Amino acid sequence: MSLLSNTATLLGKELRTEFRSRELLTTTVVFILVVLILFSFAISPTTEESREFGPGLLWLAILFAASLMLQPCFLREQSNDTLSSLRLAVDDPFAIFLAKLIANTLFLLLTEVLMLPLFAVFYNIAILPKLHYLLLVLFLGSFGISVAGTALSAISAQARMRELLLPLLLLPLLTPILVVSATVSVSLLDREPIVQWQGIAFLAIFDLVFLTALWLFGEYLLEE
Amino acid sequence: MGATKTTVVTSPTLSPTGLRFENIDKRFGGLYALRRVSLEIAPGECVVLAGRNGSGKTTLLRVAARIVRPTAGKLSFPGASSESAGSGRPGYVAHTTMVYDELSAEENLVLFARLQGVPQPAARAEELLREVGLYERRASLVRTFSRGMRQRIAIARALVHRPSVLLFDEPATGLDPLGISWLAKSLSEVNCGGCTVVMSLHGESEISALATRAVQLDAGSVVADTNSGASLHSILTFGGA
Amino acid sequence: MTKRIIFAAVSILLVIAGAYAAFFIAPNERSMGVVQRIFYFHVGSAWAGMDAFLLCFIANLLYVWKRQQKYDSIGVASAEVGLVLTTVVLITGPIWAKPAWGIYWTWDARLTSTFVLWLLYISYLLLRSLIEEPERRALLSSLFGIFAFIDVPLVFFSIRWWRTQHPSPVIMGGPGSGLDPTMNKVFFFNVLVMHVFALFLIVERYILEKTKNEVDILQREAEAQ
Repeated sequence: MSLLSNTATLLGKELRTEFRSRELLTTTVVFILVVLILFSFAISPTTEESREFGPGLLWLAILFAASLMLQPCFLREQSNDTLSSLRLAVDDPFAIFLAKLIANTLFLLLTEVLMLPLFAVFYNIAILPKLHYLLLVLFLGSFGISVAGTALSAISAQARMRELLLPLLLLPLLTPILVVSATVSVSLLDREPIVQWQGIAFLAIFDLVFLTALWLFGEYLLEE
Repeated sequence: MGATKTTVVTSPTLSPTGLRFENIDKRFGGLYALRRVSLEIAPGECVVLAGRNGSGKTTLLRVAARIVRPTAGKLSFPGASSESAGSGRPGYVAHTTMVYDELSAEENLVLFARLQGVPQPAARAEELLREVGLYERRASLVRTFSRGMRQRIAIARALVHRPSVLLFDEPATGLDPLGISWLAKSLSEVNCGGCTVVMSLHGESEISALATRAVQLDAGSVVADTNSGASLHSILTFGGA
Repeated sequence: MTKRIIFAAVSILLVIAGAYAAFFIAPNERSMGVVQRIFYFHVGSAWAGMDAFLLCFIANLLYVWKRQQKYDSIGVASAEVGLVLTTVVLITGPIWAKPAWGIYWTWDARLTSTFVLWLLYISYLLLRSLIEEPERRALLSSLFGIFAFIDVPLVFFSIRWWRTQHPSPVIMGGPGSGLDPTMNKVFFFNVLVMHVFALFLIVERYILEKTKNEVDILQREAEAQ
């Protein structure tokens, strides 16, 4: 079967599995919420400081949440060795990755969109004016996090101490996403919002680079 | 529980396919799990792999299933045609079900049918579920299945694409005598339909009786390969755990 | 063995020569005096470190392609040496910054990127320590090494862009930026010295790793009996 068709089939499986239990989504939403609240306890920002630090803290929270949310990605394929039956059934193993990274991007985006209103309230930030650009940044950033995270999750699932290992591998790798997404978001949510196209272009390039790398090397990640 | 008589009747294999291992090596950490294994299995044969634990049986089957990549050597499927959807892609049953606990029996089979391009996946899933006797529980999550039922869903998954080669790693583990009888009957029918069967076993049973050939492995190498009944018997009883 | 001894002697002599040149041959810098001399080690280590990581990347690619143990050994050797050199960069930076700016760390673009680089290769070594099976360890760490190296230019660009939004003091101007000719010569000599020394360390570490692997295999074979 073609790559596209297998990806669609597997994506359906990922979504169906998650929406049946909703465990990843609920835990991720709650985690981001808790982190955002704890940040404001730790820093006690003024309104002006909230506007300056808020977006950066949001992205930090997203990164932390993602590094937890991505752990079960390949771990859940281990209990019944379903990874082997998938590898046996598909012609191109990239379909497995593509389906998972699209699903992970969707899950991340969903939790972010759910969090946005709360974020706006807690940090006193008006998100409506440049909402469409903000969503674009959220999408590109989340996609990058998912691509790298899905690849590294396949690696960490085969090592010891995998719960600690994935964040340790992922967070340094995602520094560019954090730095650029936070900076672009701060500009977007400023009193006089600016759209930084350079930053947005960079995020797209990051996504493309890692997607290509995953495409080239994915099958080796699953090899036994 | 579905202890009523049910057997697996698959349509005759479209293109009888054999299995050829050429100088297969597999190294794990400096140790050879498989060492220069060369084996030719003809289409339609029913072969038993025997040997102690750790002799390389599981590894050899996983290499044949193309899940494990050999360190050296070549694997091929003589006779596989490119027309039928499942050709060259063996069916593989191991210790775990290799299906998703959080999906229903039907959803699992439809998933694997779709992935492999089996025409009319829903119909095929229904057909298989009836054949293995799980039709009544088709909407139940696999998580709720008993050991015997798990074995049956695993077999259904392996057969969904009508493979010409079936690989079975210790199929009788955890089955009660009734389950073993059912499995023996199913394997016999599958084999008669032209499917090549390779299975690893400990000791003699209704299932081992189906085999016409035994290959014994020890420390990753083939030490015996015979079709004589007497030798088969001694390999299976001697080589057992 | 003799070749190794000669190489060791040459490397060490070069390091001594480089240090001598840095301290006694190069003229004093106008504004900063003696402290500025750290520049010769700082930038030399940075370049040699990056080249060590480049070697690691190439070794990683070769391992994934050829699956020969030696490429994995080169990978770990060059990653470790690269990490040591990067640590030198991260230490000499603040040593210079304190007298020059009054603070140890300024989140300067290059130094910050170097810090992320350091973290990435620490992760590489950490990953290796958490996988026991040698072939699996080699393959997975090579793949991570490839992803990490691809990330490096992205890290540098993103942090440099970030710093244009929030400018900060730059720790040590670029090499050759208005350097006196003698300084230039000393500078490039030290770059060479650091590369030779790095190569020496990598070779020694590679031999160590090779021996360790051989012992490991013998041990496993003995246990299997």
